[in-house]
Amino acid sequence: MKYKSQKVAYWFFALSMLLLVLQITYGFIMGFARIGFDGLHEFIPFNTARAVHTNLLVVWLLSGFMGAAYYIIPEEAQRELVNVKLAYVQLISLALVGVAAVIGYHFNWWEGRKFLEIPRQLDYLVVVNILLFLGLIIATLYKGKRKTTTALVLTMGLLFAALLYLPGMLPFDSQVMDSFFRWWVVHLWVEGVWELIMGGILSFLLIKLTGVDREVIEKWLYVIVGLTFLSGVLGTGHHYYYIGVNKIWLIVGGIFSALEPLAFLAMALFAVNMYRKGEKKHPNKIALFWTLGSAIVSFVGAGLLGFAHTLPQTNLYTHGTLVTAMHGHLAFWGAYAMIVFAIISYALPNLTGRKLYDGARGRAAFWLSNIGMVGMTVAFGVAGVVQVYLERKLKMDFMEVQNEISIHFVVLIICAALFTAGVVLYIIDFIKYGKPNDEALEISEN
Amino acid sequence: MLSKKQARAFFLGGTLVTFLIFIGLTIFSFSEGQDQSNYGDITEEVVRGKELWEQNNCMGCHTLLGEGAYYAPELTKVLDRRGEGYVKALLMTPNPWEPNGRKMVAYGFSDDEANDLIAFFDWISKIDLNGFDTVVSPLAKDKN
Repeated sequence: MKYKSQKVAYWFFALSMLLLVLQITYGFIMGFARIGFDGLHEFIPFNTARAVHTNLLVVWLLSGFMGAAYYIIPEEAQRELVNVKLAYVQLISLALVGVAAVIGYHFNWWEGRKFLEIPRQLDYLVVVNILLFLGLIIATLYKGKRKTTTALVLTMGLLFAALLYLPGMLPFDSQVMDSFFRWWVVHLWVEGVWELIMGGILSFLLIKLTGVDREVIEKWLYVIVGLTFLSGVLGTGHHYYYIGVNKIWLIVGGIFSALEPLAFLAMALFAVNMYRKGEKKHPNKIALFWTLGSAIVSFVGAGLLGFAHTLPQTNLYTHGTLVTAMHGHLAFWGAYAMIVFAIISYALPNLTGRKLYDGARGRAAFWLSNIGMVGMTVAFGVAGVVQVYLERKLKMDFMEVQNEISIHFVVLIICAALFTAGVVLYIIDFIKYGKPNDEALEISEN
Repeated sequence: MLSKKQARAFFLGGTLVTFLIFIGLTIFSFSEGQDQSNYGDITEEVVRGKELWEQNNCMGCHTLLGEGAYYAPELTKVLDRRGEGYVKALLMTPNPWEPNGRKMVAYGFSDDEANDLIAFFDWISKIDLNGFDTVVSPLAKDKN
């Protein structure tokens, strides 16, 4: 690390890891409930587990993105963060809001709107928290010696993510309008502005790890985020096919969401080409694994598997089935979880001064978690396709179908165990690195 | 060869144009004459039903308009499929409900609350879903 204030990133990463473990725990609760082991139903019914599982995902990824910003922005702007104490205040308040929301879900305190379950009172605290975070990042960038494209794209992504949170807070009497604007938040986050954040982090890592000229990397970064918005904004239409709005979305959503894989393909080609072009052999191979892995897996999970059910003709049958869960798991893992793992793997040796990146544990963590997640995706996919045929073609009753496909959830749980083993190994490495310290300032390298 | 400046122009221009089109289509979708949801039929009961639907996070297990958690049945056409009496009895029962071994929380709604939820489901069931309504709830399909 080059600046002392970058140390705050470590604590955001640590919060990320903690919440990830909780997220996985609730995932197992749901997996077991699906095969009949629902002994926790009295205390943690499925809807609670589900809200906790998806919201923790959002919070741990946001915490990871914030950590990434606190690490990257000082280095890009070439100055310390404007106020480190406020950054810690922001960290603690983020953790408190997250914990309050998760506890609230166990006591029926929520909004019950998919992915945006956080109760309204806490929504306001989220807004204050994000404003504080953005204030710190933007002020640092503004006062910095330079304003790089990487830093600007990352900051723009974070700023737009905050702005797009607002449509989700609009009250509607109509379920249709509620749903319509809920996707403004959810879709435009994950298939829009979060990709700016991912692109910014990816660009920073590629500059550091491959040694390819910044100008070249940043030029392609613009092309990729350009493609993302060009396809992703109107691609929101694929959520509007069958919720009670005009048929025009079948055409617009169909065309533009079919283009969405292009942005992910460009991202994967970009990462692999920069790696090939790079002459610098950075010793932190495991960070490179996660970086390239993220670009490639996001293409498969978000791009290809998204395309698999995005056309209106297909979506007519797959809408509202486990096929969505198949796409969702590999997409989030590849695009966002892996990029957070990548920046953590890159930053930890620099923050702590300990270079533990040669160990077998790091590689085992990478392969186990990825193989496990691919297995989970296949299990969800098979369950989803069978569900579509039995329920929507053969007209079987919902619960009869659920009993038929429960075996796939046994497979899901086994694969999830593999995935978890990988994540645990990653976290063991995280703990072994120890805490960040000022001595790392001297030992650090790019 | 593409310059960085051109790449930036592509990003900013493309984003601006697609976003403007998106806003335009949104306004069009909710303009007069385009409503497929019978917006005018939303009564106070329907609104209260929607609030109950949200307060209890029903979407955390069920799906509605194809959106939800895929753990419990799709409810867009539930009144068609099961009939009002059945649904109302289920909403009001204080006893845990366990079809085929899958548990549902016993909400024990009052008569008024159950009526509000029924009004909400009734409004939902009449929305024009661009053809999805015939697929979404197979047992209701024959009635369409």
